[in-house]
Amino acid sequence: MTKTVEARYTWGGDEFLFVEITEGMSLESNFISNSIANALESKNLSGLVDICPANASLLIRFNPDVMNYQELEKTVRALEQDVRASARQVLNTRIIEIPVWYNDPYTNETGSRFREGYHQRPDGNDLDYAAEVNGLADAAEFIKRHHESPWLVSMVGFVAGLPFLYQLVDQKHQLQVPKYLSPRTDTPALTIGHGGCFSCIYSVRGAGGYQMFGVAAAPIYDPTQKLKDFKDFMVFFNPGDIVKFTPVDEPEYRRIQKEVDAGTFVYRQAPIQFDVGAALADPEGYNKTMMEALNGI
Amino acid sequence: MGFDIIEPGLSTTVQDQGRIGYYRYGIPQGGSMDQYSASLGNRLVGNTHKEAVLECTYIGPRIKMTSDVIIAVTGAPVDVFVNGDSVPQYERLSLKSGDELKFGVIKGGTKYFIAVHGGIDVPEVLGSRSTYPIGSIGGVNGRAIAAGDSISIGKKIDNGLSVLQSIPEADRPVFSPTVNVRVMLGLYNHNLSDKGLKKFLDEEWTLTPIADRMGLRYSGPGVEWKKREQPFGAGQDPSNIVDAGYAVGSIQIPGGTQPIILHRDAVSGGGYAMVATVISADMDLVARSAPGTKTRFVSVTMDEALAARREMTARDARIWS
Repeated sequence: MTKTVEARYTWGGDEFLFVEITEGMSLESNFISNSIANALESKNLSGLVDICPANASLLIRFNPDVMNYQELEKTVRALEQDVRASARQVLNTRIIEIPVWYNDPYTNETGSRFREGYHQRPDGNDLDYAAEVNGLADAAEFIKRHHESPWLVSMVGFVAGLPFLYQLVDQKHQLQVPKYLSPRTDTPALTIGHGGCFSCIYSVRGAGGYQMFGVAAAPIYDPTQKLKDFKDFMVFFNPGDIVKFTPVDEPEYRRIQKEVDAGTFVYRQAPIQFDVGAALADPEGYNKTMMEALNGI
Repeated sequence: MGFDIIEPGLSTTVQDQGRIGYYRYGIPQGGSMDQYSASLGNRLVGNTHKEAVLECTYIGPRIKMTSDVIIAVTGAPVDVFVNGDSVPQYERLSLKSGDELKFGVIKGGTKYFIAVHGGIDVPEVLGSRSTYPIGSIGGVNGRAIAAGDSISIGKKIDNGLSVLQSIPEADRPVFSPTVNVRVMLGLYNHNLSDKGLKKFLDEEWTLTPIADRMGLRYSGPGVEWKKREQPFGAGQDPSNIVDAGYAVGSIQIPGGTQPIILHRDAVSGGGYAMVATVISADMDLVARSAPGTKTRFVSVTMDEALAARREMTARDARIWS
């Protein structure tokens, strides 16, 4: 008999069920969380208000006037066991290229305003600090490590449309950087941030505690829905999306901005199947195969 | 049909019952912070629950009617003036085109509401008119109202109920300097030490001025976390967790010092351990707290929370009959 693995179930008041798959982050936990979310969604239960899959947990909102909370827990527990029992963990998703201007003047300027009392290292910028704590030669080396392997959107949230990104490499090779000692009151829109093992793209301007490495060239949240990629919805990312960062220089960044302003910009993306087992067995080889999907697009 | 904004007030936003179902994308539920007070306004002017109102924060707007309108002011106690004359709150008021509405000093709480017959007519975004300024959606062009805005009001409504001239004293919300807020322990309360949990529940906490639609921060004795090895990806502080979804009403204690209750414009997730959640029946009570409010967190069970919710629903049904 193998020990039954189970998530931790707990209540966030009378309207939220919280399911913690594991305390620590892992690709498997994220996959289980998203799979339970998808399975629950497709049940179309009356009284189910919102399903928010997160990195290694799941938050479910329900209307207790319509849905019995014990019934909900029973349903989710059964789905959890189904998901854990399924032999192959495969996700039909897409890979998207995100052009980034690393070490840009916008995040550097903002970073320089939040040093004393906010940041661990008063000298240099956030990239210099990130390189140092990861034992890398310099900022350039850190930037290379940041974009050479793809990232999984492990959660969408915090503010509208912000993706949390989990690096698809062995845990021991993952870039880890502490958050700011105290959160900034300002972060430029589209900043590439990093805290703990997660990167993110700040969808809108605002407060933030993640280290800042660069800016994405095109929007990921568009309430006006002018760009083609936002025709169906104002939020670009979904959990399970795979992101490939591509470094761009200032002229390329400006060129993309012009396309965005003209309303002609479209993201380079391709449909792929993401196989968790294959990704864990040979991260490097599997990443190469995934990124090839973007060739010719 | 409507009114013009002469002065916008400190932060006046269009709000309704909220935008439900998009939290998974980080878009908060929004809506009037004190739903009960806002609904009393809608009841007085002859609307349904659904119509959008103006939510005022401390300092209200100065507005000039451009048509005849029926209004009501509910929520936090404040002096209300029409053409300079004092008029009562919690009453149905008939204003004429050209009349000017303005407000005096607030005497408790932080939020009061202006309901108008027909409702504030701004486009619905994702099923709601509520303003979400960070995401630039809802309300007037995704922002708080500004001087010079012309606000339209919706068509005449027949809600099928008899006209209510005034809300009886007993049905008006109370704005008290001392409150007991009912919470359900859960989420990450097991990360608190026994002493830390005892402090959270037994001590008195004071609402600080750092309080808005996103969250309310309390000062007090602080809490204490269990010593443990932090899980992978969570961050070094014992108050850190692997970033997770935040229940609306959940209470996090970054660094173990000041509890923060997330409210209707909450960020949808993050990396701070939550130790309890305000029950749905007490979210309005939290919204009525002004800085300085002495607060105790009282632990209740799910069944007690649901009973309180039923009481709230029954009161609402009585007022809307």
